[in-house]
Amino acid sequence: MQYLPNIIFLVALVLGIGYFTKNIRKVIRNIKLGRAEDHSDHTKERWSNVVRIALGQSKMVVRPIAGILHIIVYVGFIIINIEVLEIIIDGIFGTHRIFAFLGPVYDYLIASFEILAFLVLLGVIFFWTRRNIQKIRRFWANEMKGWPKNDANYILYFEMVLMVLFLTMNAADLQLQRLGAEHYVEAGMYPVSQYFLPLLDSLSEGTLILIERTAWWLHILGILVFLNYLYFSKHLHIMLAFPNVYFGRVVPKGKFNNLASVTKEVELMMDPNADPFAAPADDAEAPAKFGASDAMDLSRVQLLNAYTCTECGRCTSECPANQTGKKLSPRKIMMDTRDRMEEIGKNIDKHGEFQPDGKQLLDDYITREELWACTTCNACVEACPVSIDPLSIIMDMRQYLVMEQSAAPNELNVAMTNIENNGAPWPYNQMDRLNWKNEA
Amino acid sequence: MSDSLHVPTMAEYAAEGKQPEVLFWVGCAGSFDDRAKKITKAFVKLLHNAGVDFAVLGTEESCTGDPAKRAGNEFLFQMQAMMNIQVLNGYEIKKVVTACPHCFNTIKNEYPGLGGNYDVVHHTQFLKSLLNEGRLKVEGGSYKGKKITFHDPCYLGRANNEYEAPRELLQKLEVELVEMRRCKSRGLCCGAGGAQMFKEPEKGDKDVNIERTEEALETQPEVIAAGCPFCNTMLTDGVKASEKEGSVQVMDVAEMIANAKDL
Repeated sequence: MQYLPNIIFLVALVLGIGYFTKNIRKVIRNIKLGRAEDHSDHTKERWSNVVRIALGQSKMVVRPIAGILHIIVYVGFIIINIEVLEIIIDGIFGTHRIFAFLGPVYDYLIASFEILAFLVLLGVIFFWTRRNIQKIRRFWANEMKGWPKNDANYILYFEMVLMVLFLTMNAADLQLQRLGAEHYVEAGMYPVSQYFLPLLDSLSEGTLILIERTAWWLHILGILVFLNYLYFSKHLHIMLAFPNVYFGRVVPKGKFNNLASVTKEVELMMDPNADPFAAPADDAEAPAKFGASDAMDLSRVQLLNAYTCTECGRCTSECPANQTGKKLSPRKIMMDTRDRMEEIGKNIDKHGEFQPDGKQLLDDYITREELWACTTCNACVEACPVSIDPLSIIMDMRQYLVMEQSAAPNELNVAMTNIENNGAPWPYNQMDRLNWKNEA
Repeated sequence: MSDSLHVPTMAEYAAEGKQPEVLFWVGCAGSFDDRAKKITKAFVKLLHNAGVDFAVLGTEESCTGDPAKRAGNEFLFQMQAMMNIQVLNGYEIKKVVTACPHCFNTIKNEYPGLGGNYDVVHHTQFLKSLLNEGRLKVEGGSYKGKKITFHDPCYLGRANNEYEAPRELLQKLEVELVEMRRCKSRGLCCGAGGAQMFKEPEKGDKDVNIERTEEALETQPEVIAAGCPFCNTMLTDGVKASEKEGSVQVMDVAEMIANAKDL
């Protein structure tokens, strides 16, 4: 029975990491339902983006308050993970503070974890007040009702609890060290939790051990639960932000993709030697669908974008259509895409392969009114701290509406007919194009 | 015809076996829209003033396809693009300047993939280079000391990262340049992009151009400077809606320079 805690720990660890891996494989499977594209270009620039935008958080600080708070939580999260490594080794082997042999280095490590944990706690409380007391507008938009709102708060509660448990564990440990309790080696520096000691002063060694062990176990189990919560939450960005930035835009934002399938058709149309009556070859592929009406029609990067979005709403708060009361919200475009992907994923889980469910991204999630409100101004793309491109999804869906369904708003049809007939969006004769030079 | 401008066409140049220094791509707005035609003419006067050897395509020019592409009609866009590329390549065009950021963006970024490779510049970039080469002189003149705010066109700014060229030109005019709260990479759209120019806006609380114009008016400018014929229209409408057309003008940077030089 001596090894019971070690065994329980190992089982919890394997279950926690195993279930998480299973779900991440689902995310990867779902993303692979999208169109593959070549991203072997601009390798150097892509890595530099990862360093600057993802690791360096360069776009977060465009909004200084949220940016600095986020950097604190982000740095805290990464550094405190070193401590998790020690906890895992201790848990498996039944050791206690295995890295204590590092001496002064260990003291400084623990001290920095403590300070960061405290700052993270403050940061997260600040974040919570911004959402729930200050009620910043972008956190209270229509698409943030219900689960998205709760999800955001759950994440903050999780982080608060984890940090409190970490500091409690350290405080009890420090008190036990001072009492000279067996097994509790004297190690570490505790610049934050030392202030909790008066609270623990009168407690017996047994109670202290109970507190220390409880906090230790809840902390690591909490981390494993939180890890598994990621998949169900918007919080996946803590991992996906890095690949997402790597695959993000490396060409000017104004450069929209030219559809290769259309180029083929137009070239054929303009080729005087092409036989207009030629039947397609027997082995010819069926013509590709133009644009996107469902999530699988999008590219893998666009689907990765959807899973990466953490619903911060900077895109929506910069969107000219949204700011003037239109229904369009770039954040909702990303949330809808992810919701639809999850629905498709569950369909595949159930049937082995996707069975048509009579639904699609267009109309069932994203309305035409939203799509037509976009001015393609790129403010959303510029605003995203992790290089998500909502505009490209809007454009792909407009392409479907216009090229597959001829469903453009009538005024646009008039403009397009004018372009086709007289080379300008207005009904002027192309032969009059230079008349201006003779007008005084 | 004494008022007509000397505007050579590529056809004329080709007939004489000549190649101009730069092709001026006028664009649909610059050719047909009454307000934008004034910008076109002001820019032509500046080109003459700086002794630039230029030509236009005239009746051989056609819409770049930008509004069609942003509306989702990739077919129409690529048809327009390929026809224009055939014309441009036929004349062996190397350098293109245009006063429309939409034409600029499309020819610069989207034509190369379809076989059209040119050195494309926006007119504010071109004027800046003329200034740097000493071919164009810009002095304060009538705009000296006046309060002016600049509205960044999305397709020049965010789309192509050019924020400085128009501002440098304005500074040469010795104006008092005041920035709006949302400017440069965070500048608010005028509401015309993405083919919105050609349709009614979706239902909302407000039109985008009104929101933008109000922000511009908050800086209490004498002139709202623009660098795009569509922004110009949207902001002019916004100024009219605020009943400020008597005191605030909306002008293209090229027009301001031409005015300052009494051209």
